[in-house]
Amino acid sequence: MSERHHLERQGEGGLYETLSRSNLVTTKGWYAAAGVLFALTAAAVGVFLYMMATGLGVTGLSRPVMWGTMIILFVFWIGLSHSGTLISAILRITQAGWRAPVLRGAEAMTVFALMVGGLFPLMHLGRNWRFYYMIPYPNERMLWPNFRSPLLWDMVAISTYLTGSILFLYFGMIPDLAAARDHATGWRKKLYTFLAAGFRGSHSEWRRYHVASTLFAVLIIPVAVSVHSIVSWDFAMAMVPGWHSTIFAPYFVAGAIYSGIAGVITVMAFLRRVFRLEHFLTVRHFDNLGKLLLTMTLIWGYFYFSEFLTTWYSRLPEDWELISSYGTHYLPLFLVMLTCNFLIPLPALCLSKVRRSIPAMFAVSLVVNVGMFAERALIVVPSLARRNDPSVWLGYFPTWVEISYIVGSVSMFALLYVLFSKLLPVMAISDIKEHLFRTTDRSIGAATVPSVAQEEEGEGE
Amino acid sequence: MKHKWAMVIDMDRCTGCGACVVACVAENNTPTAGEEEAGKGRLMQWLRVSRFWKKEGEDTRAIFVPTPCMHCEKAPCEIVCPVYATYHDEDDQVNAMVYNRCIGTRYCANNCPYSVRVFNWWNHQWEKPLDEQLNPDLSVRSRGVMEKCTYCIQRIRRGKETALKEGRKIRDGEVVPACAQTCPPGAILFGDLLDPDSAVSRMVKDPRLFKLMEHLGTEPKTAYLKKQKGPGR
Repeated sequence: MSERHHLERQGEGGLYETLSRSNLVTTKGWYAAAGVLFALTAAAVGVFLYMMATGLGVTGLSRPVMWGTMIILFVFWIGLSHSGTLISAILRITQAGWRAPVLRGAEAMTVFALMVGGLFPLMHLGRNWRFYYMIPYPNERMLWPNFRSPLLWDMVAISTYLTGSILFLYFGMIPDLAAARDHATGWRKKLYTFLAAGFRGSHSEWRRYHVASTLFAVLIIPVAVSVHSIVSWDFAMAMVPGWHSTIFAPYFVAGAIYSGIAGVITVMAFLRRVFRLEHFLTVRHFDNLGKLLLTMTLIWGYFYFSEFLTTWYSRLPEDWELISSYGTHYLPLFLVMLTCNFLIPLPALCLSKVRRSIPAMFAVSLVVNVGMFAERALIVVPSLARRNDPSVWLGYFPTWVEISYIVGSVSMFALLYVLFSKLLPVMAISDIKEHLFRTTDRSIGAATVPSVAQEEEGEGE
Repeated sequence: MKHKWAMVIDMDRCTGCGACVVACVAENNTPTAGEEEAGKGRLMQWLRVSRFWKKEGEDTRAIFVPTPCMHCEKAPCEIVCPVYATYHDEDDQVNAMVYNRCIGTRYCANNCPYSVRVFNWWNHQWEKPLDEQLNPDLSVRSRGVMEKCTYCIQRIRRGKETALKEGRKIRDGEVVPACAQTCPPGAILFGDLLDPDSAVSRMVKDPRLFKLMEHLGTEPKTAYLKKQKGPGR
């Protein structure tokens, strides 16, 4: 209700100011947050340089567990990146009326999670300084990378997705950058003038913008789906018991969207609180995102169950050894996953009371991502620790080096987001404005006329 | 000249003494990891003698399986390497490893069902005077690359060169890897499968022959002869 009359109370300038509060006022709190996050990120980078100088022996890795925390983090962050662009694209295509305030934050999340996640495959290389061997560049030995290797598909897919997501984020931002350009002064004016690429808001510009953004949204969906399928094939293509499974691609995509939606909810709750966007990010958005999350909980649970059941029923010795290790050595991890991914979110999200309470949704979204981290760990580690030959079986536990990467990756993601919120419009101003115009009353002289689009929108409230 | 090198390990003869492992370490400049690292699963040995316990009524018997690289004809490690650091050698039909090309993704090790590949977790040092024992015929690997049994490729090359110089075919038994050379009971046999008269070509027709995890379809070239039971074996 408050949303409906909001536009009337303040003019367009006021709307811009409310939505861009993050860009306009730099508080001490911002400096403190950015400083702490920067310090943590820099510390993790320092640890990485130490690892690069000494050798991968400083990790907890061994034979047979050749992949560990860094690969878990890779899958986790790439998964987290999946919501953003995908949700945004789907909401744009389906013309969901409530999408506007969610778009930008979700798209930015994709870009930053990809930036963080994409670092880990490079970090975990034995000789990081030779990473460019994977790039097909012309060289005197006529050596090419091996296109049969899923790792190479991975590199191609992730760089495509990162490029696509950055363009998608930037493209959607152009009208907002133009609005920012019109209001800003000083160095910001120069920055926004450059970034807005001369957008003036003429009829033809808007028409092209709408066509292009629809095209973009349609094209980015297959890319997003393929990326996480390919990440799953890093595992599924290998003949490792527990990895070699046809269900992995859809299962990973579902898991990625699941953790991604939870991530979007976490970020939205933060933005709402910190930049006082209570008028725009309303309970209704959290309710809707909560319903999406509930759907994904069910889909994830279904995939997990069907994968588990076939292995349990057939009891092939190699797979069975793996599954039984879930009940013994890896029981804590398994219980964390089951509780956080299914037993807590399923009943909680069924209750509209929970979905409509922002602190509760914030808590549920964090719980889901803890569970998803455990799920990724459970995919990567036990399958390797219980390989075909029992004589090499061994446990795995991350060392302080790998734990600092976990902390560092979270802080790097947060740092990128904090910097982004200071420099660029975090809310899709033009989309919100469009939405408000459709749903609010117009004043013509002294008369108040309801806009026609209001009824088509079919608002439930 | 094409070859198809293969190895046959007779389980009837193997006593599990581990001399093959020592010979392999000495021949191939394999670093010693030390007790602590070995406990973490970072042994650098290319050949391990896996030990399994088998219950036979009251008694428990140890079964020793010397496990070098299987040099699979359909090698799962080769296809997953993004930079062709491990590939199939056309001339010798062995699974070769190019240390200089390896970037250390460790994917090959994950995809090897026999877990015979080892990774250089550290820059290993040979303290004086141990560096004097390094074999000049092959390189010392640096930190961050994978390595594994090569069927003593340096000995194969040496044998082929000698044969070429003398203008003759390579003789059966001329090339012997370090493990086979050392094995006290002579359990390890090595030779060319393309030579129909070689000892391995005869051995692979033995009904006792089996291969490790044959059901995976990797077509290993390292084969085993099953242990026989009863007296007079």
